[in-house]
Amino acid sequence: MFTIKQHLIVGSIEEGYEILIKNRNNMILGGTAFLRLGNKNINIGIDMSNLDLDYIKEDENNIEIGPMTTFRSIETNKLLNDKFNGIVAKSVKEIVGIQLRSIVTAGATVASKYGFSDFITALLSLDTYIELYKGGIISLEEYLAEEKVPKDILVRIIIKKDGKKAIFKTMRNSKSDYALLNCGVSRLNKEYRVAIGARPGRALVKIIKEKDLMENNEMNKKIDEILDEMKFGTNMRASGEYRKMVAKVLIRRSIEELK
Amino acid sequence: MEIKLKVNGINKVVTIKDGEYLQPVLKRLGYLNVRKACETGSCGLCTVLLNGKPVLSCSTLAIRAVEKEITTLEGESIEVEKFAEVLTNEGADQCGYCSPGFTLTVIAMKRELESPTIEEIKHYLTGNLCRCTGYMGQLRAVKKYMEVK
Repeated sequence: MFTIKQHLIVGSIEEGYEILIKNRNNMILGGTAFLRLGNKNINIGIDMSNLDLDYIKEDENNIEIGPMTTFRSIETNKLLNDKFNGIVAKSVKEIVGIQLRSIVTAGATVASKYGFSDFITALLSLDTYIELYKGGIISLEEYLAEEKVPKDILVRIIIKKDGKKAIFKTMRNSKSDYALLNCGVSRLNKEYRVAIGARPGRALVKIIKEKDLMENNEMNKKIDEILDEMKFGTNMRASGEYRKMVAKVLIRRSIEELK
Repeated sequence: MEIKLKVNGINKVVTIKDGEYLQPVLKRLGYLNVRKACETGSCGLCTVLLNGKPVLSCSTLAIRAVEKEITTLEGESIEVEKFAEVLTNEGADQCGYCSPGFTLTVIAMKRELESPTIEEIKHYLTGNLCRCTGYMGQLRAVKKYMEVK
């Protein structure tokens, strides 16, 4: 269990940022559902729950998700159920139970770069960006590629409304358990964007051109190629070899459904 | 620090530690059916309603419940009585340890979902684990309860 010396509800993101950078043990608090499983010693827990950061909205070009939006809000939101074949909403539906999903926040999951995250995998298969308070807007792919979690505040998640069709698939040993593998695939302009998460490392994305999949054997070959570029690890849920085999099946099924 | 919580419509003043979760605070206030078990956020035993929505009190920071309506089993006595009757009639009360959290989730589901399918009911209740095994009795009871006007 973690400990917090001081729990502080801030009045603005700026105030939160100033406190965050003062001490390496100061930390932004999300839903704190996963945090409780660790044993972090937090000096000041910065709480942004009073800043109206729980929202899902759209404009002409983008869908925006506020960092304090819960997974339950994402799961039940009409917009996220309608766009991209509902991939974003579907990705959170199997996470434990409704009670937990009503606590877990989008911002904490993405900012922490959780490797097991179903949500990150789905976002990564789309054209997704995040806005950091100081770091500005960067692609999710770029953010995940950085080793460390920066001392910054995730202000919003931005998904480009580009008309992608998408599919999310997940493999679990039992319902409501953490995934042993996640797969998000989207298709636009004869190109497939394949995101694989819970390898168990952070999600990665690869591109497959439609022309490379023309024949049946070519599809297997191309999928093998991108899987060889990813590392699959072993933990209590599955071996790396098994994960790789599952990934191949899920990617293939996703592509066939998106054809 | 001292905070004010509204539990079952009654205002309470309670002293909490920084970073303390809601479940131990409610227990200190005498709500003994708000139980903890798994402490990993996966069993649903500690479920309470926060502004009518089921949440895990073992994973909700107590301070975030300030200015919200907290409902425990005691605050839903009429619905609890109705559900308890069908639950026992179906032989689904079993050991009873998970019943408080399970019952509150069922009550929230009844208010949230209109004519749910069996799949929707199962999905809503995924976060409530019962160690006695045999969810069939519970499912029968829930189906009957959902049909009760």
